[in-house]
Amino acid sequence: MLSQPFVQHAYIAGSAVAVACGLLGYFLVLRAQVFTADALSHVAFTGALAALAFGVDVRLGLLTVTVAVAVLMGLLGPRGRADDVVIGGVFAWVLGLGVLFLSLYTTHRSGGNGAAGINVLFGSIFGLSAGRSWLTVAITGGVTLVLLAGWRPLLFATIDDGVAAARGVPVRLVGVGFLALTGVTAAEATQVVGALLLLGLLAAPAGAAVQLTTTPGRGAAVATVLALVSVWAGLAFSYAVPRVPPSFGIIAVATVGYAAALVWRRAILVHSP
Amino acid sequence: MNGSWNLVTDVRQMWSLPFMVNAYRAGTVAALLAALVGYFMILRKQTFAGHTLSVVGFPGAAGATWLGISATFGYFAFCLSSAAVIAAVPAGGRRRTDQSALIGTVQAFALACGFLFVALYNGFLGGTTALLFGSFLGITSRQVLVLVVVAVLIVIALAVIGRPLVFASLDGDVARAHRVPVRLLDVIYLLLLGAAVAETAQITGVLLVFTLLVLPPATAQRLTARPARGILLAAVLAVVSTWVALGVAFYSPYPFGFWLSTITFAEYVAVVAGAAVVRAC
Repeated sequence: MLSQPFVQHAYIAGSAVAVACGLLGYFLVLRAQVFTADALSHVAFTGALAALAFGVDVRLGLLTVTVAVAVLMGLLGPRGRADDVVIGGVFAWVLGLGVLFLSLYTTHRSGGNGAAGINVLFGSIFGLSAGRSWLTVAITGGVTLVLLAGWRPLLFATIDDGVAAARGVPVRLVGVGFLALTGVTAAEATQVVGALLLLGLLAAPAGAAVQLTTTPGRGAAVATVLALVSVWAGLAFSYAVPRVPPSFGIIAVATVGYAAALVWRRAILVHSP
Repeated sequence: MNGSWNLVTDVRQMWSLPFMVNAYRAGTVAALLAALVGYFMILRKQTFAGHTLSVVGFPGAAGATWLGISATFGYFAFCLSSAAVIAAVPAGGRRRTDQSALIGTVQAFALACGFLFVALYNGFLGGTTALLFGSFLGITSRQVLVLVVVAVLIVIALAVIGRPLVFASLDGDVARAHRVPVRLLDVIYLLLLGAAVAETAQITGVLLVFTLLVLPPATAQRLTARPARGILLAAVLAVVSTWVALGVAFYSPYPFGFWLSTITFAEYVAVVAGAAVVRAC
């Protein structure tokens, strides 16, 4: 299986995205900001459709738009966390714009069809070129490094932003910067693995990690490992059963892991005095 | 279709087509229902759950089509069971954190299932776009009737639990101290939200129910803090926006969903900006 170039590319890009998403997701879950990430992945979805509609390859533009919206969301809320209603409102409009671009694309581009929107939502991880997958590694690797470098202030601001602010941590800056990193990951991962897969990799492994351990370092490690395992097992599964799309395989493994963690925690709570 | 800038003639021309009349009927009911249910969603800060439940309609419909049964069953089965799963997460100190991860996982898994069903049922791809983004052109009179019945049932249920629900939404702890069954209301509300979304999504598409759920109630809440007045205002905003969006979409090459979300978002921005100006003066 691994001798096929397209499988290699999928594994390389998938692993890089998984590591970044596991780490990012852990903080997103701790900060209760999964909804923000969901909205950002849809911003990336709309941006990708806009690029298709206007027939330009605006990878940089997509990145700029997603990061800009991420920073905007951070600035709108107190301490770099946006209000649910504000996110929802922006989100709804962004979806409407996505519909517009999809219809522009399907009516004005020859050979265009509804499948474009589907590809953007669900990705085509088995269709990556070598260059594309290494670019993904570079970008998501950068995100991972920045997250690790800013680990302590980010964790402090996440767990108790009031005390962190009192101790001189620039809470607002950290919050906005964190959302910007999420934006970068969303823009990159949406092009590679689809908006749908992104949300699954952000929420499920981190959700499981939060159930399994309360130690931050261990939790982030568990989330990252679970995300990696999901991607590896999911890709292998969908390679073995070609009718099953890779996105489904990966999300299914991640979801099973999350459900198992929930059940395990419940069992412990029942058995402990 | 060309508009003549004479509104009366335009509307008469539009309503001479049976499918547009049905679109207006269905749109009105969907807007009323979504505004009412959405008002509580905003009040309870369950926007993420609302978005997830609306997205869940997609695998429901795709799965039903794959199995060859009526899509309506699929919508209701998936939306209601997802609502039950989200409601089942135990309440506790870290509730918000846990719930956010759970809801995200439910959404991703549901979408993945939808994609799987689409892949298993070859040749369904053209319909997928209609499922996601809705199509107001093919609504039958029977669909409108079903929509009305479901809407009436949901409105009755909400009217019955309305007062305690507002109490529990605004201050859960105090409500619990007054022996309001907060947890039960929580579950009932999520199920009602699931049912409303399942029904509305069949008309507007799963991605755009969210527009009607969020924006008119959010705008209304900026204008008044009183629940009764807010609900009324949200309903009026939703219905008027839907009517205008349907009319504009009929005469323009751009889709209904784009117009609906743009109009409702413009109202929201106008109210937020207006409030800022008033505060500054």
